[in-house]
Amino acid sequence: MADTSSANVPVHPSEAEGVAREQLVLNNRSLGWITDRVCGIVENRQPLIWWVLFVPSVFGFLCLVFSLVYLVSTGVGVWGMNHPVAWGWDIVNFVFWIGIGHAGTLISAILFLTRQKWRTSVNRASEAMTIFAVMCAGIFPGFHVGRFWMVWFLAPIPNSNAIWQNFKSPLLWDVFAVSTYFTVSLIFWYIGLIPDLATLRDRAKGIAKKLYGFFAFGWRGGNRQWRHYEMAYLILAALSTPLVLSVHSVVSFDFATSVIPGWHTTIFPPYFVAGAIFGGFAMVLTLMLPVRKLYGLEDLITGKHIDNMAKIILLTGTIVGYAYIMELFISYYGANAFEADAFHMRILSGPYTWAYYCMFFCNVIAPQVFWFHYCRHNLWIVFIIANFVNFGMWFERFVIIPTSLARDFLPGQWGNYSASWVEKLLFGGSFGMFMMLFLLFLRFLPVIAIGEVKGVLPQSDPHYPEWKRLREKRRAAAN
Amino acid sequence: MSNPSSSSNELFGYVAEFSSAADLYHAAEKVRDAGFRRWDVHTPYPVHGMDHAMGLGKSWLSALVLGGGISGSLTALLLQFFTQVSLYPTVVQSKPTNLFTIPAFFPVTFELTILLSAFATVGGLFTIIALPRWNHPLFNSPLFSKFSNDGFLLVIEARDPKFHGEKTRELLSEIGAGQIEEVTY
Repeated sequence: MADTSSANVPVHPSEAEGVAREQLVLNNRSLGWITDRVCGIVENRQPLIWWVLFVPSVFGFLCLVFSLVYLVSTGVGVWGMNHPVAWGWDIVNFVFWIGIGHAGTLISAILFLTRQKWRTSVNRASEAMTIFAVMCAGIFPGFHVGRFWMVWFLAPIPNSNAIWQNFKSPLLWDVFAVSTYFTVSLIFWYIGLIPDLATLRDRAKGIAKKLYGFFAFGWRGGNRQWRHYEMAYLILAALSTPLVLSVHSVVSFDFATSVIPGWHTTIFPPYFVAGAIFGGFAMVLTLMLPVRKLYGLEDLITGKHIDNMAKIILLTGTIVGYAYIMELFISYYGANAFEADAFHMRILSGPYTWAYYCMFFCNVIAPQVFWFHYCRHNLWIVFIIANFVNFGMWFERFVIIPTSLARDFLPGQWGNYSASWVEKLLFGGSFGMFMMLFLLFLRFLPVIAIGEVKGVLPQSDPHYPEWKRLREKRRAAAN
Repeated sequence: MSNPSSSSNELFGYVAEFSSAADLYHAAEKVRDAGFRRWDVHTPYPVHGMDHAMGLGKSWLSALVLGGGISGSLTALLLQFFTQVSLYPTVVQSKPTNLFTIPAFFPVTFELTILLSAFATVGGLFTIIALPRWNHPLFNSPLFSKFSNDGFLLVIEARDPKFHGEKTRELLSEIGAGQIEEVTY
């Protein structure tokens, strides 16, 4: 800004050139461009890489089905679990997948309530990721019950023994928390999809038009619909916000309310929630960086989005690091011999110290590079660090769950645990299922919330002309 | 969706296109002031402040959700107290189950409150906005399908008591409508 002293119209600081906010959608794209670009992904042929990823994903999914059939037809002994370590990879994977889901809800609900408009470009894909991750998560405790065909015992209905579920058990809380989380996430995602399905309907022909039309429920985009729709969206966001914080808290209660040294700590709920958001954002970046490149969405998912997500990873990663160190401090300071010993074995003398350091490096040290602007804007670095976090968050659950069980109160009942090939195949297969669902989502549904992105364009504001005129007047006055 | 051959000639109303959100916003203010009742604006995204421009109040969906939430809490508390305290007290690890075990019942109560509120939200929304409705006269209009891309449309229905064929068309042109299309049933 040159010589503002001569201006008779005061310049608002946010309009000074140096501090102007970055545009959410780059290159002044029009409404029609956004529709064409996002719908084009669904309407055109998929790039070769889509098939290159899809075929192995389906194969992975078949591996998952095979390992489950093998498990049920043979018996739970095919897993590597033993007497002290009764919760192994299955619960590790459950907590891992459910945690990944949390970023989607954070983006869709908490960032909506806090009016973070940049969420609009990434919320659809992250919510889809949430739903698919929770589906993967649900498999593990379902089969962990041992007799899968008896899984309906989890539901609060009187069974043949006339004994009701124990509502004081955190495991039952978990059933309610996870199933509510899945249902509400699905509702939220679908409500958001309806206007975009209508967009696809209005462009499609033939059978596709009928199908998209069916699922769009006859949406007409009238303001008499929008005003209730917006209220519904706001309410769902307000419901999902405490819900997402409760889900991982309840998951952590599975451990924290028990007496096992290494589990029995009050820090678990916030520590688990921060870790879940941390791991979830890493997965969002892992998925969105290739999607953005592959489908030419650089104007919609901009450097600003990636920068913001990297900052959230840095923040939550640092919270997680604080929790790790605080756990160690409390075990030292708390004068509980069993807990002190559990953590001593975790970091110094136990059989799984390598897993602890693996976790610590990936989750606490590696994300610290995001303090630097360069690292948040170099996409390769972002992608690599995000994968470090994915890896580290799996190890966090491994460190917490089996290693605590392997060394509890009496040395006489110590044991070691390593996963069998069936568990490994199941875990690998769950990635196949996740990728398969995500690729199908890319193929058939709009990956970006078209309607919401349109709403954050500057020209979408009904007062845009007045605002523009005022700005030009100020510029002219300033010069 | 559109099937013009089967439509009769009875007029449903006018669809008028405006060039931007700002134009539509100001047009809506004028239609509101002209006293129309059965009209709407159709936009690709919810236009900020349009409720005010159309003279609409706050959505009352939240009242339904409150009802859903209360019934969720009550369902959960009844379910837990009835099965755990009165029907068959479950004593695990010799922990009591009585009126004072309510903290242990909190998580399920919370989750069911959220779940039934969400059901009330989605059920209430679809009831209020009368969806699903796959067939609507507006789908007969080729101009109307622009709403989901980049069209800013204003629709005045012929059922409106103030509706008057030519005069309404003139009003629409006056307030800045570009293309105006007649939609029949």
